[in-house]
Amino acid sequence: MTDKQLSIEEALASIESGMTVGIGGWGSRRKPMALVREMLRRDDLTDLTVVALGGPDVGLLAAAGRIRRLIYGFVSLDSIPLDPNFTQARERGDLEVEEYDEGMFVTGLRAAGARLDFLPIRAGMGSDVMPANPHLKTVRSPYSDEEYVAMPAFDIDVALVHVNRADEQGNAQYLGPDPYFDDLFAMAAKRTIVSAEKVVPTSDLLTEGSFHTLLFSRMYASAVVEAPNGAHFTSCAPDYGRDETFQKHYAASAKDPDSWAEFETTFLQTDEAGYHAAVAQFHASRGEL
Amino acid sequence: MTTDATVAEICIAACADTYHESGEVLAHAVGIIPALGARLAKLTTAPDLVLSDGEAFFLSGPPTPDAEDTESMSVEGWAPFRRIFDIVATGRRQSMMGASQIDRFGNQNISLIGDWARPTRQLIGVRGVPGNTANHRVDYWVARHSARIFVEAVDMVSGVGNDRARTAGLTHHQLGVIVTNLAVFDYADDGTVKVRSIHPGVEPQGVIDATGFAIEVDGAPLTRLPSTEELHLIRVVLDPLDERRREIGT
Repeated sequence: MTDKQLSIEEALASIESGMTVGIGGWGSRRKPMALVREMLRRDDLTDLTVVALGGPDVGLLAAAGRIRRLIYGFVSLDSIPLDPNFTQARERGDLEVEEYDEGMFVTGLRAAGARLDFLPIRAGMGSDVMPANPHLKTVRSPYSDEEYVAMPAFDIDVALVHVNRADEQGNAQYLGPDPYFDDLFAMAAKRTIVSAEKVVPTSDLLTEGSFHTLLFSRMYASAVVEAPNGAHFTSCAPDYGRDETFQKHYAASAKDPDSWAEFETTFLQTDEAGYHAAVAQFHASRGEL
Repeated sequence: MTTDATVAEICIAACADTYHESGEVLAHAVGIIPALGARLAKLTTAPDLVLSDGEAFFLSGPPTPDAEDTESMSVEGWAPFRRIFDIVATGRRQSMMGASQIDRFGNQNISLIGDWARPTRQLIGVRGVPGNTANHRVDYWVARHSARIFVEAVDMVSGVGNDRARTAGLTHHQLGVIVTNLAVFDYADDGTVKVRSIHPGVEPQGVIDATGFAIEVDGAPLTRLPSTEELHLIRVVLDPLDERRREIGT
């Protein structure tokens, strides 16, 4: 069987400017942050369309000016309702946006995975999601007088997801309480890059969780990256919770240009090992272990 | 009648009242006061309500810090986000959530302030509100009633109001009430917001002044006070740390 394990640089090498990138997780939860940070290191990577139930993944990419078009249901840091990098990018008019009801968003993923042009959904009817997205059409039921939104499938070139465990072939496992929509992203996208806290032998996949935790099959994985703490600073239950102290620092820094420049220098203009070393230093300097 | 019930406690009881006829549905309550309202209803008038922990689990009873006289909660169901959307579509859910703006037909906005293409203030996005209002009962909670929130027209309709629901043919649309720190509102037959009751101690003129569209207050009754049992449950069982006080305007 194919060993798909790659370094983080190798895995992302195939992502090009102008592509549509789907990002798994939810808000500030189990986001593939190591993969997002690698995208930020790729200075050549711009003009992206990002599809996400957004958190700091969207904030970071927006702050770096990498996003041309953003397709989202919300962008939130959860314990901090708004990501200043996202709100400022919107208020500057930097982003083309498609904002959907969360249920519509999930329906767009499901339609893509099922290779349908659209799926019907009631959500959105009567709301300003319709005029805000003038490409949206409705469909009349062939069985009654009901009318639904014909939610179009998202056309995703590559999906990025972060899971607790994966094997070298890309069988992906989540051990926390919520799978979010990572399997739907994987099935919707042409290719999926899976990062995992730990890459384990296939025979070990059921040692930490029941078979219910096997989220999606290697059929939907094109590359596997081992990325310990790869969701930091978002949560990755049960391996670790959200780094709230660091998230506060992120959000506060994003509100001020000078602080943001310092944040970028300290945490982003370095490789993944350098990032985690800087985070450790950040906590040590505050007297936290 | 004299009472020592606070505005927060009156609002919690008003929130609890939204579940009288709900039956066996998932209570989705955003905010401290709405969450306490759902938990109070669960312990009093609506024992069949389904409560969630706000994450992925359903709980058999409300979280009751330090309580000895109530059933301790246990997990009774698993509902990660994907199942929430499935539940929304079945209609077995009832929401009470906030509003950054709300108009006289109950159109609600939490998405942004200003222009869609380049907002003055980007807020959180429409989240699940369009789907909530298309599928099941939705009530609103406004902790600081003001003319900036109750407006003539909202900037981005997230939660669908009665006028729009009628035009769009949303057969499962149902707006319940709006509970604020000043009053409780419901909707007239023509779908417009009307006063249902004004909280004890609130001047009716204050409600008119704090509402950005015309509102009739004459003859409005007083909002009911929480019973002795309800006050005990709120103060001793559900919220001994007085979290409720943090959310309410003065």
